[in-house]
Amino acid sequence: MAEYGEQPRMGFFTDTSVCIGCKACEVACKEWNEVPGGGLDLLGTSYDNTGDLGANAWRHVAFVEQPVPPAPPAVELGMPTVGAPTQDGDAEEPGVRWLMSSDVCKHCTHAGCLDVCPTGALFRTEFGTVVVQQDICNGCGYCVPACPYGVIERRESDGRAFKCTLCYDRLGAGLEPACAKACPTDSIQFGVLDELRERADERVRDLRGSGVPEARLYGRDPDDGVGGDGAFFLLLDEPEVYGFPPDPVVPTQHLPQMWKRAGAAALGVAGTLVVSFLGRRR
Amino acid sequence: MAEAHPVGFQWVMEAKARGAKIIHVDPRFTRTSAVAHTHAALRAGSDIAFLGGLIKYVLDHEFDFREYVLAYTNAAAILREDFRDTEDLDGVFSGYDPENKQYDVSTWAYEGVDTLPAAGSGEAELPGEQHHGGEGHQSAARAESYGSGGAAVGGKPHLDETLQHPRCVYQVLKRHFSRYTPEVVADVCGVPVRQFLEIAEAVTKNSGRERTTAWVYSVGWTHHTVGAQYIRAASILQTLLGNIGRPGGGILALRGHASIQGSTDIPTLFNILPGYLPMPHAHQHFGLDDYVATDAGATGFWGNMNSYMVSLLKAYWGDAAQPHNDFRFGHLPRLTGEHGTYATVRNQIEGTCKGYFLVGENPAVGSANGKMQRLGLANLDWLVVRDLQMIESATFWKDGPEIETGELASTEIGTEVFFLPAAAHTEKDGSFTNTQRLLQWHHKAVEPPGEARSDLWFYYHLGRLIREKLAGSTDPRDLPVQELTWSYPTEGPLDEPSADSVLAEINGHGPEGPLSAYTQLKADGSTSCGCWIYCGVRAGGHNHAANRKPGSEQDWVASEWAWAWPANRRILYNRASADPAGNPWSERKKYVYWDEEQGRWAGPDVADFEVTKRPDYVPPAGAKAQDALGGADPFIMQTDGRAWLYVPAGLADGPLPTHYEPFESPVDNALYGQPDNPARQTLITPSNPYNPARSTAFPYVFTTYRLTEHHTAGGMSRTLPYLAELQPEFFCEVSPELAAERGLENGGWATIVSARTAIEARVLVTARMKPLKVRGRTIHQVGLPYHWGPNGLSRGDAANDLLGVVLDPNVHIQESKAATCDIVPGRRPRGPALLDFVQEYRRRADG
Repeated sequence: MAEYGEQPRMGFFTDTSVCIGCKACEVACKEWNEVPGGGLDLLGTSYDNTGDLGANAWRHVAFVEQPVPPAPPAVELGMPTVGAPTQDGDAEEPGVRWLMSSDVCKHCTHAGCLDVCPTGALFRTEFGTVVVQQDICNGCGYCVPACPYGVIERRESDGRAFKCTLCYDRLGAGLEPACAKACPTDSIQFGVLDELRERADERVRDLRGSGVPEARLYGRDPDDGVGGDGAFFLLLDEPEVYGFPPDPVVPTQHLPQMWKRAGAAALGVAGTLVVSFLGRRR
Repeated sequence: MAEAHPVGFQWVMEAKARGAKIIHVDPRFTRTSAVAHTHAALRAGSDIAFLGGLIKYVLDHEFDFREYVLAYTNAAAILREDFRDTEDLDGVFSGYDPENKQYDVSTWAYEGVDTLPAAGSGEAELPGEQHHGGEGHQSAARAESYGSGGAAVGGKPHLDETLQHPRCVYQVLKRHFSRYTPEVVADVCGVPVRQFLEIAEAVTKNSGRERTTAWVYSVGWTHHTVGAQYIRAASILQTLLGNIGRPGGGILALRGHASIQGSTDIPTLFNILPGYLPMPHAHQHFGLDDYVATDAGATGFWGNMNSYMVSLLKAYWGDAAQPHNDFRFGHLPRLTGEHGTYATVRNQIEGTCKGYFLVGENPAVGSANGKMQRLGLANLDWLVVRDLQMIESATFWKDGPEIETGELASTEIGTEVFFLPAAAHTEKDGSFTNTQRLLQWHHKAVEPPGEARSDLWFYYHLGRLIREKLAGSTDPRDLPVQELTWSYPTEGPLDEPSADSVLAEINGHGPEGPLSAYTQLKADGSTSCGCWIYCGVRAGGHNHAANRKPGSEQDWVASEWAWAWPANRRILYNRASADPAGNPWSERKKYVYWDEEQGRWAGPDVADFEVTKRPDYVPPAGAKAQDALGGADPFIMQTDGRAWLYVPAGLADGPLPTHYEPFESPVDNALYGQPDNPARQTLITPSNPYNPARSTAFPYVFTTYRLTEHHTAGGMSRTLPYLAELQPEFFCEVSPELAAERGLENGGWATIVSARTAIEARVLVTARMKPLKVRGRTIHQVGLPYHWGPNGLSRGDAANDLLGVVLDPNVHIQESKAATCDIVPGRRPRGPALLDFVQEYRRRADG
């Protein structure tokens, strides 16, 4: 992707393996960006009462409770044990795993929302991020179905479309985004995208080497259906488990071919018409 | 820790990234468990059995750090012949008086060494104000005064360095914990044997010369009728393993909220003065000499208590405090008994406490047995509430639960409530002192809005007005107020007193100006100091609490970030990080050590020792205070300079921790005939009925706790849209098994019942709650976050309304982490029907 002068593309690497689900990112985002408070609905989905990304939730922490198989026998104790070896059934009991992950706009390399925006309200910034200019957005809503992740949304009370700006105003002032600043465990890391990708590759290697074979990156690959995400993730399970589409594709991916075909068809129709007129003249 | 201290938890995550193993022991699977290597689900209220099991494991396998134990602990001390252990008396120690439910502690002492009278209130039942004086109060309220060192003992014990003497502490310890096998741990705690052994192995292998293990706890350990003994159990384990006074070791108390450590250092507790000096007692301390003679240890740094006290009196009364008038010691208030929060509530209900200040506290939601709290508030003449928001404790008179049930009527409540809006920490200068004893200064960012004022403003101007009113008085009882030093410069548009000038007063000054260390304090009246342990925070007239040099710009101990009491010392008792000869135990754990060439203790931290006292120093006979401690006695606040595996004085309920069931428990005590702490304090009043132990009417255990999203009783979070929406409603957490047993549905409603009341909550069914196998039965636990009340944006019933008030006898903390209940599907009855519903349960439980 073309860069703006010397400014490299910036992004987020969200390492969910160290997320503690504190939701400081959600609150910091709302405080900084003056996003309205949501409803007071207890969703009954673990500790998640935000539900999804939307016009009023630019960060969303998912909480996934999973049964896990019983722990394998612990490392050889090498100690004399006393009395009965184990309590009844303790070896068979399944455990539980609690995955937490802070989701955000992916700031795609090929951004569907930006492609379809008729007013130019959505634009690519000098940081390589995708931002809605609220004073230009006319609320047409074309961007909403164009997002393969279901991120951007129109605010009901207002009509215009809203989503994460990757704190464009803070970046301009040399600050990191509010969510990354607030994150106590550095689960959300902000930086130069290329550097984040390197760091993430190393982190996956480390985790896999230390008994976490399920560690994987999501949205890191520049050859995926959106050309790679500006905000990508380290996950500990399949993307679907966290509510991510497994294989996102920007819906405008085939637009050039479609236009080409449409153009060819139009030419064909025109040609036929010409031929028919020509024929009549005979 | 991730749940309630997410910011501090970043350091745990950093340690994990560097290879530390994280073990989480907790009744429920929390955000901490989610990122820990191991989570052990144990039954609420069974931790002493768990820790006792670890102690036995260490002793059985001789995994103790023997050199450390021999040199630095009282393992070799010999006990009196007439001491009897719980092993001998089926769960009680010698000296127990079953009639008064309290101990005569004299048999717990070292052989041939006298001790002071017992700590604790010495009252089995909370006294009311009518019980003035008398024998029962002779030993009142002492345990908290040992916040900076143990009780004084009258001399050094006889030692058996071979640890073979049957009455030496080491052997007594072995015998005391002999029953705490892994199988017993499994049976009592519900932690499987294999998991227990895995943890025992991890802890012991990670302790010794080369490695250290830290324990971190919060109110899950303290809110029990045996709370102080939970911490004692951890202390024994850590001391045996050599994990005290060394980097990476310790027992870290995560406090309930910001600056709670500060509010015990400069206390809001009834029984201590700044710096853990005991509050004088009306019937014991007639003069300063009496006071010092009873409480100062002759040896160790408490031997200088006179200097600390006189300097405090000088800070309070300035020039009016002179040697001829005992430095105005007579001006100090006196204790007449136990005046803790629950005793005060009882006095409110009985009509003897008539006025009350609530400052940043919401007892109508946040304290055990909310009904009792509200009945107390409703029986006052006046109540002052200073808070950021209109909390339940300010509005109980119009919309509290008792109004709904008809137990109270607004028109009949005489309490005059004054609500005074308070400034937040961003709106005032001041300091926080948190768990690591670090004083961190914060500067005002904005003026407080409207009529909101800082606490400092409130108390300064209140005092100023009272002093103006009393200026002409000739009544001698007004003298303590008239003579107070009360001159602080004010600044800004609101006449805000200068917080820096208060810090200067706390730091203290002598003839040469600001003091730089508490060792400069004198008993002759030439020095003044508001809190001896804080002396030095403003050394050289510079506010060291405001130091903010980033960690990346200094060494790893980071001494230039803020200021730690005492003396900017980052690890207490750090003399123990070196061996008796003064050499580091290992290169890896090198910290403070003796530098022979320089003739002083060296290292990256301030040595917690007299800096030039040689490791081979032997005290001469008859030496006093610190001079009586040898060069290899690291625990300098103790009269014997040693860490106590066994506590010969200072505790009300036993010299060693013993597993007792919670006061309300569904099971019997697997270890002894004595079911619960025989010295616990009950509070007998109609609004505080108890669930009978092992009652089938209340078959489940419930435990209360916090969520990351909310703050304590909710005044600072349920009122804010961005926080309220994250946890929008009160809920309970139950296992799928309990949900099936009781017909509870995820997202539906449940009613939870105790003898006190019934509350309703939305239901979260989660495998994170695990049924436990205890005493051959399946025990279900109900999880209840306690943040909710009827006010604010996010509302709900208050979990603490379910709790009864039954207290630890040492520190009078309530048992809010383990009690029994029933849970049924659906919403609770409304109005007076709620009382009938609960009454029916009580009838069934008693019948």
